[in-house]
Amino acid sequence: MQPNDPILKLRDVQVHFPVKTGVFKRVTGHVRAVDGVDLDVRRGEVLGLVGESGCGKTTLGKAILQLVRATQGTVTYSGEDGETELTSLDDAGLFRFRKRLQIVFQDPHSSLNPAFTIFGSLEDPLRHYGVKTREERRKIVGDLLEAVNMRRESMDRYPHEFSGGQRQRIGIARALSIEPELIVCDEAVSALDVSIQAQVLQLLMELKREKNLTYVFITHDLSVTEYLCDRIAVMYLGKIVELCDAEDLYANTLHPYSQALLSAIPVADLDKKSRRIVLQGDVPSPVNPPSGCPFHPRCRYVVDRCKTEVPELRRFKSAKGEHMAACHLIDQPLAEQPLRTESP
Amino acid sequence: MANEVALTVNGLKTYIYTNNRCNRALDGVSFEIRQGKTLCIVGESGCGKSVTADSIMQLLPTLSRIEDGEITYHGPDGPVRIDQLPRDGAKMRAIRGKEIAMIFQDPMTALNPVYSIGFQIKEMLKYHTGLGRSDRHSKAIDLLRSMGIPLPEKRVNEYPHLYSGGMRQRAMIAIAMSCNPRILIADEPTTALDVTIQAQIFELMDTLKRDHGTAIMLITHDMGVVAELADDVAVMYMGNIVEAGPVGKVLRNPVHPYTRALLESIPVLGRGKDQEIKAIPGQTPDPYNRPKGCQFADRCAYRIGACDQMPDETQVAPDHRVTCWRYEEFAADAAE
Ligand SMILES: Nc1ncnc2c1ncn2[C@@H]1O[C@H](COP(=O)(O)OP(=O)(O)O)[C@@H](O)[C@H]1O
Ligand SMILES: Nc1ncnc2c1ncn2[C@@H]1O[C@H](COP(=O)(O)OP(=O)(O)O)[C@@H](O)[C@H]1O
Ligand code: SF4
Ligand SMILES: [Mg+2]
Ligand SMILES: [Mg+2]
Repeated sequence: MQPNDPILKLRDVQVHFPVKTGVFKRVTGHVRAVDGVDLDVRRGEVLGLVGESGCGKTTLGKAILQLVRATQGTVTYSGEDGETELTSLDDAGLFRFRKRLQIVFQDPHSSLNPAFTIFGSLEDPLRHYGVKTREERRKIVGDLLEAVNMRRESMDRYPHEFSGGQRQRIGIARALSIEPELIVCDEAVSALDVSIQAQVLQLLMELKREKNLTYVFITHDLSVTEYLCDRIAVMYLGKIVELCDAEDLYANTLHPYSQALLSAIPVADLDKKSRRIVLQGDVPSPVNPPSGCPFHPRCRYVVDRCKTEVPELRRFKSAKGEHMAACHLIDQPLAEQPLRTESP
Repeated sequence: MANEVALTVNGLKTYIYTNNRCNRALDGVSFEIRQGKTLCIVGESGCGKSVTADSIMQLLPTLSRIEDGEITYHGPDGPVRIDQLPRDGAKMRAIRGKEIAMIFQDPMTALNPVYSIGFQIKEMLKYHTGLGRSDRHSKAIDLLRSMGIPLPEKRVNEYPHLYSGGMRQRAMIAIAMSCNPRILIADEPTTALDVTIQAQIFELMDTLKRDHGTAIMLITHDMGVVAELADDVAVMYMGNIVEAGPVGKVLRNPVHPYTRALLESIPVLGRGKDQEIKAIPGQTPDPYNRPKGCQFADRCAYRIGACDQMPDETQVAPDHRVTCWRYEEFAADAAE
């Protein structure tokens, strides 16, 4: 088990939610929230997951943790005890792995029970995973709160007594409580004011170093991902359209959607003003995604082939390790075969 | 027209009363909005950005009062003291919408769910212009088209819930722009939207400014938005403007510790992983229990004894002002 070995391998992961209409709740279609994702999460990395709202980031994050079950495809975990295909396990079988894979949500308000003290919310997972005595649990919760720069005594107070930034830190403390290996941070800093956001980002990075964590960092803020992440995956309509080194995404953008997305971000640097590429219209519905390349109706480079043929995620040459993109018009792929056929 | 002032706010104090306690939400705020220019008001949540906008529009919550200061609208018929007009008087209603329009973060604040989008635009036109029925209808369609709404002939008859978030925002702008207002006040209009939709809205706002000379006051918490759109910027903290000036000066040579700290706390796209970001310690004070002196003192790295008193607002240049005891040191530093 080396650093950089995959901790999780996703192969052709699909999550389709049924759309039910009418009095009889007949299934009239499917939301293709995640639509065929191949991805390795490497041990010890920070992997960014970006894209516009509705592109499937949260669903993919939950599918990684088996909080929603994939309708197709596999998620394989590898650790000291070898490889395990999580997607084939039932709830009882998953129990052992849930401890290793945690999540921090955007709104800690909704995830902390307002009727419980902080200790009440944080002791639950500990009890679940076998910390028997109350004294022990109080000590661990106190240590956790200190780890996220809060006072031990905070444990006897209620969620409403804390600010947004503090509640977010409590959410992180809870995710850490059972010593996970991987944490999915779903818009964990998005609701915070920038000055508080920086505090939480620094905390996340310190904890990662101390505890050898792996993060899947979901956000729509590309400035934060570039700074924080080792690699970034750009999603559009349930698919990964580009996956590469975080700095390379900006320096060497390959996919037309990533280009438009990056150009739309207001940059707080007067010397870095770029031309906005304004995309027309809205993201199409994931119930009826466009044929061919999902981005083709909004792409300024579209050619006939894009309308019929789905572009595979292909590997391209880059100074910064592998650079994957799914677009017909990018030349010179490093290897013609797609990722899926590569690692059996 | 370039430097014509459309609105002046001078020494504005707006207090909000809840549970017999007074929140000095705005504690002496001054600025100008110029024709054909964008003023960005930037600051963290709770610093008073929305109360500033609501004071101008006379849309404040009931338990609040403008205690002091002036808001002057420089209209075509000479200056009007908005702060002295009755909130729901005929004069204020005529100004609101026709002369000064506002767009909100949540478009449903402004849109009525039970009327079609077209009906709501046409009502505005009926109330504020002399257009006849069929002219109003075609003007409504034109406005939707110019806002980039697809199939405007069909969409004009649809209700707000059939519009996507970005389309609702554009529809609200269409209503706001229907009477060619001289001032557009936009309170975080894109905060809930994706950046690609935000880019569409910003294109629209730039067009308004360029083609119609609209004066824009854009409220945001995003320094990136300031860098992209502002001509002038005012940085707010806890009810005060701590620094204001042309965007080039404030962003390149910030002299207030809070402006500097804000700029240092955000990662900037394109600067890669080696940039250093610094968190601002602590959090904003309780608005009901404010520090006596400089509101930023508790979090400021440069605090000295004098900071327990409120510093005066000082001009570091004719168009650049700051409220900080130690501004001279920072100004010298910024000039280097
Ligand atoms: N439980 C669910 N049932 C039906 N549709 C869902 C459900 N969860 C998410 N979706 C849909 O799946 C798509 C992806 O959603 P999500 O993963 O939340 O995107 P993101 O996090 O990128 O905003 C959206 O169209 C959303 O409406
Ligand atoms: N309707 C209201 N009732 C009570 N207090 C309010 C109300 N609106 C704003 N405030 C208070 O006024 C101050 C400024 O708020 P606001 O202008 O909304 O901040 P911003 O828009 O900058 O986030 C805050 O302390 C806030 O709590
Ligand atoms: S007045 Fe003092 S505390 Fe306030 S910003 Fe200036 S140096 Fe800091
Ligand atoms: Mg989400
Ligand atoms: Mg506000």
